[in-house]
Amino acid sequence: MGKLGIEDLKKISEKSSIAGAIRSNEENDTKVVVHMGTCGIASGARKVMNALKEIVDEKKLNITLDEAGCLGICEREPIMTIISKTKPVVRYAGVTPEAVREIIESHIIGKKVLDKYLLANFQKGAENITETSPSEKPAVFSPEWEGPLKDLKEIDFFMDQRRITRKNCGAINPYKIDEYIAMNGWTALAKALSEMTPEEALDEIKDSGLRGRGGAGFPTGRKWELCRQVRSDTKYIICNADEGDPGAFMDRSQLEGDPQSILEGMAIASYAIGANKGIIYVRAEYPLAVELISNAIDQAREYGLLGDDIFGKGLNFDVEVMIGAGAFVCGEETALIHSVEGRRGTPRPKPPFPAISGLYGKPTIINNVETFAAVPFIIQNGSKWHSGLGSETSKGTKIFSLAGKITNNGLVEVEMGTSVEKLVYDIGGGVPNGGKFKALQCGGPSGGCISINHLDTPIDYESLTKLGAIMGSGGLVVMDESTCMVDTALYFLEFVQEESCGQCTPCRDGIGVMLGILTRITEGEGREEDIEQLQKIGEMIKKTALCGLGQTAPNPVLSTIRHFRPEYEAHIKDKKCPALRCRALITYSIDPETCILCGKCQKECPNDAIEGVPKKKGSKGEPFRILIEKCIKCGNCYSVCPTGSVLRT
Amino acid sequence: MDTGTVRKPGTGNEEFPAEKFQILDERIKEYKGKTGATIRVMSKAQEIFGYLPREVMFRIADGLGIPPVKVYGIATFYSYFSTMPPARHKIISCQGTACYVSGGRQMLEKLERILGIRRGETTPDREFSIHPVRCIGTCALAPVIKIDSEIYSRVSIGKIKKILARYSKKYEEKN
Repeated sequence: MGKLGIEDLKKISEKSSIAGAIRSNEENDTKVVVHMGTCGIASGARKVMNALKEIVDEKKLNITLDEAGCLGICEREPIMTIISKTKPVVRYAGVTPEAVREIIESHIIGKKVLDKYLLANFQKGAENITETSPSEKPAVFSPEWEGPLKDLKEIDFFMDQRRITRKNCGAINPYKIDEYIAMNGWTALAKALSEMTPEEALDEIKDSGLRGRGGAGFPTGRKWELCRQVRSDTKYIICNADEGDPGAFMDRSQLEGDPQSILEGMAIASYAIGANKGIIYVRAEYPLAVELISNAIDQAREYGLLGDDIFGKGLNFDVEVMIGAGAFVCGEETALIHSVEGRRGTPRPKPPFPAISGLYGKPTIINNVETFAAVPFIIQNGSKWHSGLGSETSKGTKIFSLAGKITNNGLVEVEMGTSVEKLVYDIGGGVPNGGKFKALQCGGPSGGCISINHLDTPIDYESLTKLGAIMGSGGLVVMDESTCMVDTALYFLEFVQEESCGQCTPCRDGIGVMLGILTRITEGEGREEDIEQLQKIGEMIKKTALCGLGQTAPNPVLSTIRHFRPEYEAHIKDKKCPALRCRALITYSIDPETCILCGKCQKECPNDAIEGVPKKKGSKGEPFRILIEKCIKCGNCYSVCPTGSVLRT
Repeated sequence: MDTGTVRKPGTGNEEFPAEKFQILDERIKEYKGKTGATIRVMSKAQEIFGYLPREVMFRIADGLGIPPVKVYGIATFYSYFSTMPPARHKIISCQGTACYVSGGRQMLEKLERILGIRRGETTPDREFSIHPVRCIGTCALAPVIKIDSEIYSRVSIGKIKKILARYSKKYEEKN
């Protein structure tokens, strides 16, 4: 099919099915979908797919095989979904190639759900797969169809989520533009072009209260307006997909799971501000995302959804992909622009803001992946709908990545203003293995740590800033009692020091000085006045650094001092690390009472610091002992000991 | 980089055959004058040669008509570029926050001890090199290491040797 007109969208969506649902006129009654995001593939999804192909060929089954993006529950990958025209959707998790055979034999051939691999417990006990009861509708495309992923609503992890931006992730095959169109894709641009003037489209975004999802939360509409007002023959739209915050992967998942939504959002932005060129700046560390977004661009071009005279309405807009070369500071707007221009990614002072003078001196809008992905929904449903979601100051939904010491690692989308407690416990399932929640790190190296006393904090831009953290891009890392907050502050500071571009003194040298003090504290050389020193220098850097990276760099230190001051004091005054993490402040020993003389610790010790003779046939062995003066405190013995006899104090 | 004694780039020798330079020249022609040409050509060059030797950096500078120091500055600014020859197997050790919380740093130290090299270095037999990176975005599977294009998830200290043994017989467990 060549260039599309608006009426063609409907034709495509009437014909095309999606990976996560089935049409009654499809040839096969059953469809098996493997979810293949990076997480899934890393957990073996490709092998699962190959095993599936093999068994389908071998048994000559009439099954359609398909793939979709990540559902967000990365913890349980690889996930396989079975859809049928008459039966409820069943999802299997933690699927191995061997399990595929078992599942197919039981589910497809024996018509029996295989309990042990089920994703959702509520499906347990559904012994025989029968025709569905009215409450469990099969995912068949029809006028009454409620949309994909409805079945997930009964799982704790999804129950409290409000999946809007991520609606298509895990439901469509991200390689196929038709599936995006089947989910009403590109209709928002069609609506904007045929029913709205650029000003009206802009007003819609302004009134919706949408704020930048990448970090600081600047109102998107205001940014666009600023750019719209500048007269220029060329304007640029840049999508910032340089997701550099460690612990954040929502942009990657969006690029991999629903790439077209980002392109549509950018196209709408181009209409609103009068831009004609778009650039997506993606990190090289995300090879699958690069592949999928490039493929999406090719397909959109083929349909004339990018290019000249889109929908025959006179909009000219095209997008190209630029691959970032690995520098955290390139997440900063002006640094990113320098990088796109092919230079070192160093920031420059603002103003002028990029909206006035950006790429090659032309007005440029830079928004994050998630921000663009939210735009089509706002145009489709109206600004009122969007501003009705979320909290007083922060509208809409936000995607968070939950990682660290948490039971359900993965991606969640919730309304702004949802409490930390709900995110960590109800959705995230709390800390695994009986561990105790200690802190929530949000916002990456520019953010901070929130303690257990603030579990009731609603997550929105203002509340987090008040606590000394930031929303950032939405990376949430849960820390338990085994994490030392001083060491965590050190970790982030090392990160920003390495990533500092070195241009301005506060960032280049100030962070170095702070790093020196922190290192000294973790090594047991801390001084009484160190905490005040850290605070003083930290505040100074915040006030004087050139760019956002420098200005927020002290946050991890300042916020941990604020919420975990006793831990700093323990390091400095008592020379103790309460979390038993800082090497200089801990010692290892072996408990002779419980030691079984297996010798594993001795074998693992890199510095021959353990003496003793293992027990073998014919030899009684000799008790093991750690030589303190030779011990380098690597912790190997501690982690290999099968009986927990290596003690850390 | 001094220019006084440099060989005429691209005259061809074992490591840098003339054909490779020919491909590079085509890329230079293709991107010259386009958005972000320097970085794009450099990443193509790294694909062709595996890294960015000085001869190649000079060639790029010549071809694009920019001072060599610009190319060198970019090569050392971005972690993606390497001016050292690559190992046969590139080990990426993720040091993102989720990996840090789950023992990523210990993993990196263990790798260094087993291979006898520091981060950023290559083993003398050019078999492995270790590269700590900030986050590869598979935080739910932490701690992770990536060898070539294979991601290993939830790696424990005890598993590392077994993983390395898949790539080199040297690390097979002797019982």
